[in-house]
Amino acid sequence: MSDTSHILLPEGSIEKQTTTLNLGPTHPATHGVFQNILEMDGERILKATSTVGYIHRAFEKLAERRPLYQITPITDRLNYCSSPINNMGWHLTCEKLLGVQTPKRVDYLRIIIMELSRISDHLICNSIVGVDSGAFSGFLYLMQYRELIYEIYEEVCGSRLTTNIGRIGGFERNFTNTAFEKLEKFLKEYPKTLKEFENLFTRNRIFIDRTVGCGPISAERALNYGFTGPNLRAAGVDYDVRVHTPYSSYQDFDFTIPVGKTGDCYDRFLVRNEEMWQSLSIIEQAYQKVQEFKGEEAEVFHADVPAYYLPEKKDVYTKMEALIYHFKIIMGETDIPVGEVYNSVEGGNGELGFYLISDGGRTPYRLHFRRPCFIYYQAYPEIIKGGMMSDAIITMSSLNLIAGELDA
Amino acid sequence: MSLTNDTIKQKLTEKFGDQLSDWQEPYGMLTFTAAKDLNIKVMQFLYDDAELRFQFLTDLQAVHYPDRKGEELAVVYHLHNLVDNVRIRFKVFADITKPDVFTATALYQSANFMERETYDFFGVNFVGHPNLIRILNVDEMDYFPMRKEFPLEDQTRIDKDDEMFGR
Repeated sequence: MSDTSHILLPEGSIEKQTTTLNLGPTHPATHGVFQNILEMDGERILKATSTVGYIHRAFEKLAERRPLYQITPITDRLNYCSSPINNMGWHLTCEKLLGVQTPKRVDYLRIIIMELSRISDHLICNSIVGVDSGAFSGFLYLMQYRELIYEIYEEVCGSRLTTNIGRIGGFERNFTNTAFEKLEKFLKEYPKTLKEFENLFTRNRIFIDRTVGCGPISAERALNYGFTGPNLRAAGVDYDVRVHTPYSSYQDFDFTIPVGKTGDCYDRFLVRNEEMWQSLSIIEQAYQKVQEFKGEEAEVFHADVPAYYLPEKKDVYTKMEALIYHFKIIMGETDIPVGEVYNSVEGGNGELGFYLISDGGRTPYRLHFRRPCFIYYQAYPEIIKGGMMSDAIITMSSLNLIAGELDA
Repeated sequence: MSLTNDTIKQKLTEKFGDQLSDWQEPYGMLTFTAAKDLNIKVMQFLYDDAELRFQFLTDLQAVHYPDRKGEELAVVYHLHNLVDNVRIRFKVFADITKPDVFTATALYQSANFMERETYDFFGVNFVGHPNLIRILNVDEMDYFPMRKEFPLEDQTRIDKDDEMFGR
């Protein structure tokens, strides 16, 4: 057939070789409310444009009118899979600003809670990677242990998902025996289940085929993109805030930082799994240290900061001083010192930072949350480029994007 | 040998002289203010220098100081040297009527979203940014909500009668 018999398409025709596909914002495969507009050549992704958002809640603005203790419930809602870490990070920031020294027992109790929430964060992420690659059972195995972790939170602070756990200076009440019993139960049963979960996945041919080489990122690119946490460590950089800038007495503990090599989904999966083992070991050490406190020391659960730590209710009714502090704290009339603090903790997804500027009023002048998800999500279009559509879904779940942390 | 704040300060002063000012160390973190046009030069110097090696942009945001006439908007950079584990913070101040600050996206990919967020909430115009559009707020918004002239709703107001959401 000669060339002339072809129909020549006009310039700028809608007949193009590629397909535009709208992934999200409400399709279940996108794990939350983010949207990606993909330019596809058949099954292969040529270009992706991502949108963040749809759940912006103006936390930074709200924080400008709230006294310090009222900001804790806001931080719950950042990474809601591990809200206790956010809460503790916020308390630690306030304590740094106020110059509060917490007793060792408080530090260890905090570490128990923080590591439990790290486990609950990682187990969700890893089992969801399993679900997205077609293995549903691992998710069901691990999910019951998240329930047990939530029961421990419930025993300590009364709530489960958005915990608002702890206060400036320590905890609102001492851990009950039931909390410790539940912790023991968790420490006894979880390793077996985690082992079983690993047996299901780590050497599973289908799982390996689906995840190895899927969504990789090099160490240099990861650093340039501001990756932190397990995603950075999977790329081979051993940066962990717990070790680099120890807070809450992490220097007293013995643990290793697992690192990967290629930064692909499989490495991220392995790093998170290993971190769960390390967290378990940290919890065991911390629990042992907590049990070593005897007598009066074993009852310590907060620091002595009367201006910020609510007094006991029975003291409020009988002691003048406690009554005054009670009112000053509840009405938020305590002026905070002038200062500028940046403090960060190792959250479930990486370095969770709090930048607090105080001009000496009752509320922060400016508060900024460094949300690890928000920063590393911008690498998503780059790391899914050239891959398959189904790889993009697995990559998204293995990056552990939490919508609450993308928006503030 | 680990890097100390004094060494960093000395090296920066040697290079930039009195264009860097307001040296402080709140809670151990070296903080200074740079001239507005120098932000990228300072960052590039901190990145390239064999000893300083500040190659990780931890955080970038702005602060609004309505009372500082002519320099109302401060853009704050937190940099981290991951090898020696030292953090520093520096600020540049911009006039709110002409808030042009050079972008850091050429040096750090991570600055892309952070600068968009800063633009979205404070209206800092990052010159040279590849895609400076709103990110968390709606596209149609025509003001910058984190500026101090937008106060939160008065909690004691009584003119609002909302049966559904009660107050």
